Amino acid sequence: MRTTLTMLGIIIGVGAVIAMMEIGSGSSNAIGNTIAKMGANTLLVLPGAATSSGIGFGAGSVLTLTPQDCDAILRECPAVRSAAPLVRARGQVIYQDRNWVPMNIYGTTADYLKVREWTDLAEGEVFTDKDVRSATKVCLIGQTIVREVFQGRSPIGQEIRVLNVSFRVIGVLSSKGANMMGMDQDDIVLAPWTTIKFRVGSSSSTQTAQSSSSSSSTSTASSPSQLYPNSQVSLYPVPSDTQAMDNPQPVRFTNVDQILAAAQSTADIPLAITQITDLLRERHRIHAGEPDDFNIRNMTEMTNALSSTTTLMTKLLLAVALISLIVGGVGIMNIMLVSVTERTREIGLRMAVGARARDILRQFLIEAVVLCLAGGILGIILGCGGSYLVTYFLRWPTETSVAAIVASVIVSASVGIIFGYYPAWKASRLDPIEALRYE
Amino acid sequence: MELIELKDIHKTYYMGDIEAPVLKGITLSIRKGEFVALMGASGSGKSTLMNILGCLDHATSGEYWLEGQEISRLSADERALLRNHKLGFVFQNFNLLPRTTALENVIMPLSYTREVLSDRDARHRAVELLNRVGLGDRLHYEPSKLSGGQQQRVAIARALINNPSVVFADEPTGNLDSATSEEVLKMIQKLNSEEGITIIIVTHDPNVARHTQRQIRIHDGLIVDGQSPASDKTPRGSQ
Repeated sequence: MRTTLTMLGIIIGVGAVIAMMEIGSGSSNAIGNTIAKMGANTLLVLPGAATSSGIGFGAGSVLTLTPQDCDAILRECPAVRSAAPLVRARGQVIYQDRNWVPMNIYGTTADYLKVREWTDLAEGEVFTDKDVRSATKVCLIGQTIVREVFQGRSPIGQEIRVLNVSFRVIGVLSSKGANMMGMDQDDIVLAPWTTIKFRVGSSSSTQTAQSSSSSSSTSTASSPSQLYPNSQVSLYPVPSDTQAMDNPQPVRFTNVDQILAAAQSTADIPLAITQITDLLRERHRIHAGEPDDFNIRNMTEMTNALSSTTTLMTKLLLAVALISLIVGGVGIMNIMLVSVTERTREIGLRMAVGARARDILRQFLIEAVVLCLAGGILGIILGCGGSYLVTYFLRWPTETSVAAIVASVIVSASVGIIFGYYPAWKASRLDPIEALRYE
Repeated sequence: MELIELKDIHKTYYMGDIEAPVLKGITLSIRKGEFVALMGASGSGKSTLMNILGCLDHATSGEYWLEGQEISRLSADERALLRNHKLGFVFQNFNLLPRTTALENVIMPLSYTREVLSDRDARHRAVELLNRVGLGDRLHYEPSKLSGGQQQRVAIARALINNPSVVFADEPTGNLDSATSEEVLKMIQKLNSEEGITIIIVTHDPNVARHTQRQIRIHDGLIVDGQSPASDKTPRGSQ
């Protein structure tokens, strides 16, 4: 009974430590993941001219990034988890009698959702690589669009017109809310980048050409001469307007506005930047010493927030663990002292039959350590069970931490030695005559 | 050679400045194989003498020879070793370890011996001793399941585990009824007569003392009767 009570102190101490460590590290990881979801691991590759006003880049190649660059990044940079090309457009979305101008209309691949850690859809499904290859007119829409345009009705299978091109809605994104700058991230339309690039385009002339299939009026279709407005030489025979409209084939030198990449982890961000830089310099045939024709941006602010949060959580957990172990240790000392008093007669007897002071000291020390270790093991079970219950009932994320288990076994043994020493020493100093007479 | 030889033993307790002499010059000798009763009223100093004889305490002055070894100046650890090897104790309140079987209680002193006995040998010896005190069928009983007499017999077996030269019994029948007392005393007597173990019983009860060969009476820290071995005096009581 007394033994059980003694152990209870250390059981609760160690159990609390383990549970705190597991729940804490789970929460810490969850916070990390949340921040990572906000885009802390995201790298944005922009064409160079965007920030350097185009000077010094030779033949005016403002648009330097190609979808092949994106594929190469994904294939050849081990530090990059996923990457997606991005083509932006801006314009009106129309469904029946309602219209809306989304914040973002992105042409991309299905990997965009992986980069943004946004893979869980509210409804429907994501477009496939096949859709991207064949420039299918399908799209995913954000919650804000659903609210504004569909007024809450299910949009799956409905046709909406984006910049006057008809798209079939095949999926609805889950709600993501505002980003760090307060911009609504749900106000978005995602479509295969080929579709946005070649069927929609961002210039108004293309729009009219694409949308009004009836009137093949004066406007021109997308062609290399349009994409590279500065180049005087046309690379390919310019197709006639009719041909261009009938066959909206991707041209060879397609470019994308941005490439969005995600690093494997926060720690891998610098490595990912180096790898992407090397790869793109090679692919763009930039000689050593020449400036890059692209820019890579990361989310330093968010990354810092992430690492400082993790550090803070770790320190907090350490403090909690230390306090509970000290409390447990003092409890052990108390009960061991009581135990020495209660067992005075036994100590006297052992001394009478020949136990030396050091034998008594050793016996009580071993007892304390065994108690602490047994309590520690039960505490580990209790802690793991507790954190499992927390996961099960409260749906809090927890994480089994082997380090915490090993540490608490070692710590409970040393707590046994440290806090068991004084009572053991007291026991060993008893006078056998007094001890035998003790009632 | 005498087994135990005390020469002018004094024991004085100091309480602050006040001196309280308890033993005022005890000279005593006990031979090997004797069965002695140490008698005296409470406060006479018999317990103190018993503690000194049992090497639990040391005298303020005087000499104590045990088997030819002067031991009054030994350190606490040396005395502990001596107690373990040469002395056995039986107490009034048995002092068995609770929640520990009779067998383990008997084996317990062996864990403090210098030469380590194998587990099997230790158990063998303990079982033999418990058989000898008539508890061969109660090896695995805990003290709480044994009667007072049985508990005291376990204690006797424990006292004998290290083949001691002397067994001290401090009021061994004080907590037992008269029938059981008789039984336990008979057993102690048998150990003395058949195995030749020197036994010193501390008691104030003349009925207990009657079983012994020689009574040493103490009064106010001095021996008043039975100072020298039994052959000098006519043994009292039925022998």
